[in-house]
Amino acid sequence: MTLPLFFFYLFSAVAVFSAVMVISARNPVHAVLFLILAFFNAAGLFMLAGAEFLALLLVVVYVGAVAILFLFVVMMLDVDIASTRQGFLQYAPVGLVVGIVLLLELLLLAGSFVISPEAASGSAVPLDGAVDNMTAIGLVLYTRYVFLFQGAAAVLLVAMIGAIVLTLRHKSNVKRQNPVDQVGRRAEETLQVVKVKSGQGL
Amino acid sequence: MGLGIGLGHYLTVAAILFTLGVFGIFINRKNVIVILMSVELILLAVNLNLVAFSAVLNDLQGQIFALLILTVAAAEAAIGLAILVIFYRNRGSIAVEDISSLKG
Repeated sequence: MTLPLFFFYLFSAVAVFSAVMVISARNPVHAVLFLILAFFNAAGLFMLAGAEFLALLLVVVYVGAVAILFLFVVMMLDVDIASTRQGFLQYAPVGLVVGIVLLLELLLLAGSFVISPEAASGSAVPLDGAVDNMTAIGLVLYTRYVFLFQGAAAVLLVAMIGAIVLTLRHKSNVKRQNPVDQVGRRAEETLQVVKVKSGQGL
Repeated sequence: MGLGIGLGHYLTVAAILFTLGVFGIFINRKNVIVILMSVELILLAVNLNLVAFSAVLNDLQGQIFALLILTVAAAEAAIGLAILVIFYRNRGSIAVEDISSLKG
């Protein structure tokens, strides 16, 4: 067994194990932590396939942002852990049947397909060994795929605005600053200069 | 790729991950967050397939696709969790069986 093959089996075994734990963990916080483990190992698999940039992006975006977001929400919402497994046995059979059928179909497909020769020969963006993965992606992402890149940016912008708009709420019992009033205040309206005779007071 | 790792290896792992994600959606009736995590697993499996084919076909396009899927998955997670937070605020629960207002 070669070293890359060993690491492939290691990464995939841990990834599959943590995926099982994600869907079966009793505590949602544990599920999120196993999701992070699954992402790390998937990043290792990406690395083995030569997609270094995507592997690092997976760690940065998924582990650093998405999984932490999940963790925040899991901890913010007070979920009753004791009742999380109710109904497990009720839905497990149908889920098992669907899952096994799906897995058999996918494995059947994975074992029997062939790549047509013209697809194998004429790649749209051929990989050459001269430039590293990150440079190669940068060379096409900002030129050939610039519209897709911009579209992805627009999707992220809309998602950001949507998330803010959805979760923002104005409480009626909290005093808030009114910037217009603050900026509109003038010295003549608020400031009064009074001559005070000494010893008399106002 | 190479050195003993074939396309079939990657496709098998991705198929198992995909199936686990679908299974997770089915068996979960209590916690919507776990369903969202299952969706993330499914998208991860798809990304794995794209990267594997990209390496085998010697084509960078698959990696660009995976990059875009990553973006959309991040956006989907953010929106989904935001919807979940406001749902919890309104109902005080995120159990799947409680989300039945549209049933009529």
